[in-house]
Amino acid sequence: MSNPLIEIKNLEKEYVSGEVVTKVLHGLSFNINKGEFVSIMGPSGSGKSTLMHILGFLDRLSTGKYLFNNKDVTQLEDDELALLRNEEVGFVFQAFNLLPRTTVLDNVKLPLLYSNKKGNIDEIATKVLESVGLGHRVNYFTNQISGGEKQRVAIARALVNNPSIIFADEPTGNLDSKSGVQVMAILQKLNDLGNTIILVTHETYTSEHAKRIIKIKDGMIEEDYLVKNRRYANDGEMLK
Amino acid sequence: MFNNFVQAIKSSISALLANKGRSFLTMLGIIIGVGAVIIIIAVGAGAQSLIVSQVKGLGSNLVGILPGKSEEKGPPASVMGIVITTLTYDDAQAINDKKNVPNLVDVSAYTKSIGTLAWGSNTYDTSLSGSTVGYLEVEGGEVAEGRFFTKEEEKNLSRVVVLGSEVKDQLFGTSEAVGQRIKINKHSFEVIGVMKERGTVAFQNYDDQVFIPIITVQKLIAGVNHLGLIRAKVDNQDNIAVAMKDIEITLRERHNISDESGASDDFTVQSADTALDMLKTITNALKYFLAAIASLSLLVGGIGIMNIMLVSVTERTREIGLRKAVGATNFKIRSQFLFEAIIITFLGGIIGMIGGTVISFLIAKVAVFLGYDWEFLVSIFSILLAVSVSISVGIIFGLYPAIKASKLNPIEALRYE
Repeated sequence: MSNPLIEIKNLEKEYVSGEVVTKVLHGLSFNINKGEFVSIMGPSGSGKSTLMHILGFLDRLSTGKYLFNNKDVTQLEDDELALLRNEEVGFVFQAFNLLPRTTVLDNVKLPLLYSNKKGNIDEIATKVLESVGLGHRVNYFTNQISGGEKQRVAIARALVNNPSIIFADEPTGNLDSKSGVQVMAILQKLNDLGNTIILVTHETYTSEHAKRIIKIKDGMIEEDYLVKNRRYANDGEMLK
Repeated sequence: MFNNFVQAIKSSISALLANKGRSFLTMLGIIIGVGAVIIIIAVGAGAQSLIVSQVKGLGSNLVGILPGKSEEKGPPASVMGIVITTLTYDDAQAINDKKNVPNLVDVSAYTKSIGTLAWGSNTYDTSLSGSTVGYLEVEGGEVAEGRFFTKEEEKNLSRVVVLGSEVKDQLFGTSEAVGQRIKINKHSFEVIGVMKERGTVAFQNYDDQVFIPIITVQKLIAGVNHLGLIRAKVDNQDNIAVAMKDIEITLRERHNISDESGASDDFTVQSADTALDMLKTITNALKYFLAAIASLSLLVGGIGIMNIMLVSVTERTREIGLRKAVGATNFKIRSQFLFEAIIITFLGGIIGMIGGTVISFLIAKVAVFLGYDWEFLVSIFSILLAVSVSISVGIIFGLYPAIKASKLNPIEALRYE
């Protein structure tokens, strides 16, 4: 295997609040390659979200090494991290985090507004929305669509800059099971198309949609294994 | 860089549109502030032009002679309430002599005092204008009933009085005044005439005063020998400079001043023009003072903006977190919030400017309708001032919330409920 996309060595993270030091992550090491679909799984408080924030350049590690595409991320300035977030990663959050009182299209365009890419951004954003089956919702406001549709808007937003990795933080947590299936189906399809996906969840069931599971407990890796009986989200309409 | 700007402005506009009601209410503070500044400057300018035109109407071929030397460009000391006793009745007589100042038509000299008038049980306090026969010629004004006093009465300490129309109404009501005897500060006077109503011109109420021969006021009431002001009417506007020179020569000769440069003068000769300039200086100061007070409301509006922007930053914490998550740099977040504040103040400034101009225009219309010679004056200067001040207010009061927004930790911001 050539160079991994993400290379983590002895990653530690601690929060300092006054004189109290809380250690959240205790020396994690793993690699993630391009094209993988990894679940980071663990109970709440295990440190999985913190790990995702560090991997997604939203937070910095305290000690250890983080190479992204062979580049040492720990040495980067805030603005360089912002650029990485813009170009290399897309986030899907449990609570969707769409802008209120704004159209679906404008939400999806948001990452393009912060990038230096040229091109007709309305066109790009519309295409991505069509690819997640929301071509008919382009000009709706975000309060006019269902929860499942909101999460698909968020996925479209994560995809619009054509990132290297998509981070999905409990993407089905606020959805009914049918919408949850749709969302997982899209993520699996994206992975089939070659996208690297990192899914953060506390549910074993959801995590088994990935190809590989990294189990976190108390800030340490408990298990790191390939999924044997992978689950497939079946939604004929979404997978066509 | 330019792209960034356009992007930040677009983001700001859509954020403002997403919150129309609040954006407008925030803007209202600036609208009122800018409107108030425009209106006050316009009304000030209108009132100023009104006063100036009234003063011009008094006669531009008048020359004023005041006691005391003038400071460079400033008003004479006597205007400031300092009593200077260098001018006398005889000076006025000398100026009025054709041998000394050939271009003069007439001279009116004043010693002013205040007094209580009593007729029967009625009393009324008013200002006593000790003046000369030349008053009617120099100042204009007409006698409605009876007559003005004569040259003899002016000189021989006659106790005669001509009432202003308002004084007559206050003291006599509808009764006949001419021929009655009244008491002024316990001295008995005969009412010989009543002036025609003239109104208030340039802060001076012409109707609320009585005219008494100047010597009578000096000796009987004020107990002084000096006078406060001489006004001289020149036969032709072209001769004003010559007449002023002649008056100066006459007075220097009488006061034994050999210095012809004017540096040692104990009097000031002013044309109506310089008096006008002085009046403009004073009214300008008043105008800008009022505008400064009005701009306090801009300050208040600015604080309102800061307050709302801070609320907005807190309320939109998740949005800020998300924007950062999708790649917004601190600078871009800062720009967006700063632009939001600037757009609010800029639009507020424009709307306030238009509103203020319209209201000023209506005020001018109403004033003209009421018979005042009122000009509608909104200067480019006041417009530029209002708009640039409102943008500055946006920058000053938008900066702190914008910095606060840009410093939010993206994770905390995303978690924020």
